[in-house]
Amino acid sequence: MINFSAVSKRYPGGQDALRGVSFALESGEFAFLTGHSGAGKSTLLKLIPAIERPTSGSVVVNGQNIGALKRSAVPYLRRNLGLVFQDQKLLFDRSVYDNVMLPLSFSGQRPREAARRVRAALDKVGLLARERANPVQLSGGEQQRLAIARAVVNRPAILVADEPTANLDAQSAAHIIDIFVSFHQVGVTLLIATHDQTLIERYGKRVLRLAEGKLAA
Amino acid sequence: MIAWLRQHRDACARALGKLAAQRAATLLNAVVIGVALSLPAGGYVLLANLQGVAQRFSFEPQLSMFLKPGAKRGELEFRLRADARIAQLRFVSREEALKELREAEGLADVVAALEHNPLPDAFVLRATTGSDAATLEALATRLRALPGVAQVQVDSAWAQRLGALAKIGRLALAALAALLAAGLVAVTFNTIRLQILTQRDEIEVSQLLGATDAFVRRPFFYLGLLQGLAGGVLALGILWGALVILNPGVRELAQAYGSSFQLAFLSGTAALALAVFSALLGWAGALLSVSRYLR
Repeated sequence: MINFSAVSKRYPGGQDALRGVSFALESGEFAFLTGHSGAGKSTLLKLIPAIERPTSGSVVVNGQNIGALKRSAVPYLRRNLGLVFQDQKLLFDRSVYDNVMLPLSFSGQRPREAARRVRAALDKVGLLARERANPVQLSGGEQQRLAIARAVVNRPAILVADEPTANLDAQSAAHIIDIFVSFHQVGVTLLIATHDQTLIERYGKRVLRLAEGKLAA
Repeated sequence: MIAWLRQHRDACARALGKLAAQRAATLLNAVVIGVALSLPAGGYVLLANLQGVAQRFSFEPQLSMFLKPGAKRGELEFRLRADARIAQLRFVSREEALKELREAEGLADVVAALEHNPLPDAFVLRATTGSDAATLEALATRLRALPGVAQVQVDSAWAQRLGALAKIGRLALAALAALLAAGLVAVTFNTIRLQILTQRDEIEVSQLLGATDAFVRRPFFYLGLLQGLAGGVLALGILWGALVILNPGVRELAQAYGSSFQLAFLSGTAALALAVFSALLGWAGALLSVSRYLR
């Protein structure tokens, strides 16, 4: 599903964010990506939806080589990925419902089918009752769940989340991870970046540990 | 195909929503565009009406040739008849000319005050129909060289001058229209630029979640197009209003000359062309802005 081999990423200015990272994530696998801040977690996650391109090595996602992907092909790659961003990137000029509708509007879905999918996604994260609210009115945990609903509304095979439990209390964080586990159970491949050791230990999933841009064993 | 149409409909709806949400700005932009366009459109209306008037006068290619006293009329007439460019020839003696003058309205007193006849003998010539200004001028030059000819006058020169004047008017109008069109593109460019800046978050998120460039750009094209269209329609309204205000005065003036002339509005085709042109200018402004600020 996701295949990194000898991937390095150097930002302009000479800073090495990733150095020779290799790993493979099989279809349906659930893995945590961890490491100190600045270890390269965000950079690694940004390579998957081609927000960044590798400097060397190859990143293959869903059979597509990210390094060689044409700019015009990138949107179609991203539609098959569920992305939860560290800063969530919710739009506060529209309702909860319309935030989740956004990714469906790109592909010209039939309105009735789109509405059904939006409600299903909101239902999965427990926000169906808040569909008319503005994201500003939501708590931190609810905003994170909204971001997850938007990520999964296209029913992606891969879900990538960057620090989804940051700034949340333990209970809200557990709720978020439970939602991810429920996606895992229906066969979605998940890669979750977090520096929260207690969460990682509690769930006992595969762990990819980054340190100074290198993958530790 | 249906999905494609739906996407265009959605983009258009989103653009309309944006326009409706910013009513004051939309209205101001439409006014700027409308006023700018109504100037060349108004000039076009005036020119088209003037040309209609001018065309009602026939453009007879007529010349008057005045003779010196004691010129040899017979010899001249023989030469003139031999010239293929001259279709008709009429001799007007000085006595005849004086008689005509005496009969002309309001000139009898003037003629009566004359001690002797100051008028020369003359030929009135009509060149073959369809002769252009250059042919007439060439003919006049040759006639002037004939012995006994005092003066040659191209009578249809005024019509040619009016034509030339109208040509300058059209050129000036085209220049004005081009300048204002450029201004219009600039106005749209800036409006769309501001719109892109205010929607930066939405654009960024859309691109991260898999929106194509075309999807992101489409509403801005519609925005430019709709704004241009609104301006064009407003320009037509301004023009129509101006004619309603001007026409009673024009009718009064025309009546004094015994005419029922009044300024006519643009033809249906011209009005449609103006609206479409304006919409296209808006689209062009949007295109410039989008290609500059959305990559």
